[in-house]
Amino acid sequence: MANKLISEIPLPKSIANVFAARNISTAKEALSLTEFELMELLDVGLTEVRSALSQISEIVAPPYQTALSLMEQRFQKEHLGGHFPTGLKGLDAALCGGIPFGVLTELVGPAGIGKTQLCLKLSLLASLPTNYGGLDGRVIYIDVESKFSSRRLLEIGLRSFPEIFQMKAMAQEMAGRILVLRPTSLSEFTQSLEQIKVSLLQNQVKMLVIDSMAALVSGEHEQGIRRQQTLSWHISFIKSLAEFSRIPVVVTNQVRSHNHDDASRYSFQVQSRDVTMEIPMRYDSHLIAALGIHWAHAVTTRLVLEAKSGQRFIKVAKSPISPPLAFPFHITSSGISLLSDYGMELMGPEINAIHCQGHNEIINFGMEGLQ
Amino acid sequence: MEIWRLPISASQRGKLISAGYTSLSSLSSISSSDLARELKVSETEAMDILKVALHSRGAQTSNASCSIVEGAQSAWDMLHDEESLMHITTSSADLDSILGGGIHCKEVTEIGGVPGIGKTQLGIQIAVNVQIPHDFGGLGGKAIYIDTEGSFMVERAFQIAEACIEDMSEYNRFLRKDFQECKINMKPEDILENIFYFRICSYTEQIALINYLDKFISEHKDVKLVVVDSVTFHFRQDFDDMALRTRVLTGMALKLMNLAKKFSLAVVLLNQATIKHTEGSFQLALALGDSWSHTCTNRIVLYWNGNERYAYIDKSPSLRSASAAYSVTVRGIRNSSSSCKRIKMM
Repeated sequence: MANKLISEIPLPKSIANVFAARNISTAKEALSLTEFELMELLDVGLTEVRSALSQISEIVAPPYQTALSLMEQRFQKEHLGGHFPTGLKGLDAALCGGIPFGVLTELVGPAGIGKTQLCLKLSLLASLPTNYGGLDGRVIYIDVESKFSSRRLLEIGLRSFPEIFQMKAMAQEMAGRILVLRPTSLSEFTQSLEQIKVSLLQNQVKMLVIDSMAALVSGEHEQGIRRQQTLSWHISFIKSLAEFSRIPVVVTNQVRSHNHDDASRYSFQVQSRDVTMEIPMRYDSHLIAALGIHWAHAVTTRLVLEAKSGQRFIKVAKSPISPPLAFPFHITSSGISLLSDYGMELMGPEINAIHCQGHNEIINFGMEGLQ
Repeated sequence: MEIWRLPISASQRGKLISAGYTSLSSLSSISSSDLARELKVSETEAMDILKVALHSRGAQTSNASCSIVEGAQSAWDMLHDEESLMHITTSSADLDSILGGGIHCKEVTEIGGVPGIGKTQLGIQIAVNVQIPHDFGGLGGKAIYIDTEGSFMVERAFQIAEACIEDMSEYNRFLRKDFQECKINMKPEDILENIFYFRICSYTEQIALINYLDKFISEHKDVKLVVVDSVTFHFRQDFDDMALRTRVLTGMALKLMNLAKKFSLAVVLLNQATIKHTEGSFQLALALGDSWSHTCTNRIVLYWNGNERYAYIDKSPSLRSASAAYSVTVRGIRNSSSSCKRIKMM
């Protein structure tokens, strides 16, 4: 819509010619200029500029929908009103059905906590037919750190849905729906994304998993502004991809340790007059999510996986629909499962904190538990 | 003096109000032929209405200010307008009190904060609350929700709408002092139907939509609120030319202010937080830069303080700097539940 050509918009001939003469061919170019700039550039009066702009704007502006019709549309056309159930009952209940379609859901946590395990389980679930709770479609899994293990995937399948996976043909069919990409650089990733966008709908892709986003960016640039800018494009692109295809997009993120210049310790710069504004924001943990504050704004749902006192928790840290709940979980041979469907409600910014206590014991213990 | 006090017939009054003329000042600068056309009455009738209106305002004073500078309004007349300003409640009494009653109509309010603090929640709450009928102290208007990031969740809007209706029934029951089931004829679906939802995918669409809103609101005169969630998103990327970005943003802010004044509605812009490097240290600030921070009339910052969510009035021409706690519950935005609530005046 933004790149609509001026020539396609029904404007009075005189002004259309002037636009063309001054090389303003797309709506984007015309709308990026202020009224006075356009007057000067096109050498026409204010009223003509205004009426041309209002006509262009009317065409480029998106149509509206009442919230009611939006809801009805989602409930009629989409699986469970636009939610993908994860199979973790407590989490699904909190998220009003499951992982939402059309927006980004982030899984963040320290290494070895179970993010990839959860991604594997979700990919498997998405490939299953709808009567088993799946989306009956393909899954694109972008595996940056080469953590995808098909053996583990099939093990999860066998333990969770033996009736399907015991038959070799069915197992092949399901596993065949999960397409794994292994980009080795950011530019390769960018290319793959662009290809994916084109072929998404026709190839029945029902979910996109990116494991992990942080690894892609950390290899490339230095900290700071340049990384922000690269990431901005990708954030915008992935969001628009999720939006127009209405599929769930799950992205994993790493954690990094706290250092002095960190967002969590900042206070807001407000117009304090005589009094210094004390708005301390302190996090007790030593870890924070990587990728920065811009990314944190861009994800719609943030699930934090952490280890506290030897127990793993999955917390809903940011969600438009769920209260801040934490669920204890453990990893078994059939994937991730919750130890309790009743989440603990956490107060305050504690929900955003990422703990890593007693984690080492879990890793060693977990390996035995998986046998 | 409001329209309803004018000595004109009830049908004329009804026509005036439904055409959007709720105060005398709105009638002061319109010609009788325009009024006749808008109200679909004869020109003589329109002239009569205008005469009555002028007479009620005190012909001398209005003539005096108009004759000095075309279109000027004296501060005394504006005082009346300001006093009869309508507010939209946020459903949290503490927040409403530091806001002077709620979100002001005819003004642009910017609300910003860190991720997860409740900006979208507040946006949805206000979009529901603007629809509270006049009987319950609300504006009975419709809302426009411009979503640039896809954060609007219909299920959440439904939850908040349901809770709002329950609260109104509760209030009704309390007023009537009897324990009968006081049914309000509103359903959550009705509230959702009055929220006009636009999804924006690029900054060009954002500019185009804001240009188009003038026409849209002229056709839907009962819109009393425009929420943009968030105004930042599309402007944080793809702009290599920062000067252009500033010009575009300023233009957009001006148009929104004009809309707010012209149609007497409230404009709420939700902004994101970013990290700013000032004087050798890093601080959180609202995005879009310094020049943007001048453009909005009011600015509210949402932040965490200990375990509570707080709102702080950072900038306002008429409100004191103050902060108040609020909470996000399953029913929407409500007062914070802690026993020692603090409204700190600065």
